[in-house]
Amino acid sequence: MIRVELPHHLRTLAGVGAEVQLYVAAPVTQRAIIDALEARYPMLRGTVREHGTHKRRPLLRFFACERDISLQSPDDPVPEAVAAGSEPFLIIGSVAGG
Amino acid sequence: MSRVRVLVGTRKGAFVLTSDGSRQKWHVDGPHFAGWEIYHMKGSPADPDRLYTSQTSSWFGQIIQRSDDGGKTWFQPGTPQGQPTTTPDGMPMGESNNFAYDTSAETGRPLTTHQWYDGTQHPWEFKRVWHLEPSLSDANTVYAGVEDAAMFRSTDGGQSWQELAALRGAHGEQWTPGAGGLGLHTILLDPTNPARMFIAISSAGAFRTDDAGKSWKPINRGLKSQYIPDPDAPVGHCVHRIALHPQRPDVLYMQKHWDVMRSDDAGENWYEISGNLPTDFGFPIDVHAHEPETIYVVPIKSDSEHFPPEGKLRVYRSRSGGNEWEALTNGLPQSDCYVNVLRDAMCVDALDPCGIYFGTTGGQVYASSDSGDHWQPIVSHLPAVLSVEVQCLP
Repeated sequence: MIRVELPHHLRTLAGVGAEVQLYVAAPVTQRAIIDALEARYPMLRGTVREHGTHKRRPLLRFFACERDISLQSPDDPVPEAVAAGSEPFLIIGSVAGG
Repeated sequence: MSRVRVLVGTRKGAFVLTSDGSRQKWHVDGPHFAGWEIYHMKGSPADPDRLYTSQTSSWFGQIIQRSDDGGKTWFQPGTPQGQPTTTPDGMPMGESNNFAYDTSAETGRPLTTHQWYDGTQHPWEFKRVWHLEPSLSDANTVYAGVEDAAMFRSTDGGQSWQELAALRGAHGEQWTPGAGGLGLHTILLDPTNPARMFIAISSAGAFRTDDAGKSWKPINRGLKSQYIPDPDAPVGHCVHRIALHPQRPDVLYMQKHWDVMRSDDAGENWYEISGNLPTDFGFPIDVHAHEPETIYVVPIKSDSEHFPPEGKLRVYRSRSGGNEWEALTNGLPQSDCYVNVLRDAMCVDALDPCGIYFGTTGGQVYASSDSGDHWQPIVSHLPAVLSVEVQCLP
């Protein structure tokens, strides 16, 4: 299972805790993880990535294994530890606006 | 005795204020959707317990919330709690936050760009819902004014949204965002003619449809905007707000960037009614519930200084349809007050005497239960207020 950690407001929207677990078939990519997240929690559609274009929203970042992987291709495999479920895939609201 | 429910949208959540018909003691409920910007909340005239809310965030985008019990509980109409999230054939249910511009050849004429600050064309990009206007007769029908400017309609209680794309055919390629964004902020429904609607867009102007949105025309003749080279330009005017009285919907009142304006012919022609106002810059304008010639504005100093002149928070009332204005100050701060009142943050109730309400960027919501003669803060320390609406309940 893939572990996904959500920011506060998305936890509230989805009615879940800090971390959700999702089944994602290999190869595990950012796109596959977000697809699975949106399928399980449809109320999150449009909140992590844009409707239509499926681009990551500008003020959100994806982290894994202490690295910012936001700018990697959404179709690149995520780190092995995330795919194995030993490390979470983090969706983080950027520090902006004050 | 009637009850009153005031719906307050703020920068950091929604609040529901309730009182009996005396409008003296208030109960504050909230924050709902804490931490989110609530651009607008409004109840359905057809079913007062049906409330629609625009919940938005620069981080997480747009959410539509709905309540069917007067604000006690809320849900996203596209994904009700406890309901299946897919259709029987496995397709995802419609999401209530999907506002997709119509670019189809049949209805969208395919419009994909508007004018950008540098004069180039820029793609239309959905940012947020500024205003929700429920139908006067059907609780499941609601209109949304959005940024980048367009109008959407839902006929299934907010589950799915379809653009009334012909609006962008009204010189949409010339619309240019102002400092506050290219937002469609005002939607007025004509109670005497279901096919007629008026809308207003920041820095584009006012528009009218007479065929329920199939076609639109700019209604900006008579508006003067010094920063527009062509004095007769059909679009490009920074309309801040328009208002009408339901018994006389051909008379429109407008607070423009500068100037308070009036039209007696459904927007075909406008003339200035700023009269003796201390400044004619401002955002909200509204009409007394029982006196179609009594109107209210809240002047602020200028486009550069968005606060009341002299630090005195004054609502101005005209009982003559404009030009002659009186300052209403009783109960409002008359020194060191530097708040603003935003365009959707003033409303009137239908009780007698008429109640007037407005919210400030300082987090106060003021109410008058006697048409503006006396005011009291009904809540004082909310986040910056973006919108105020009121409902009268049995």
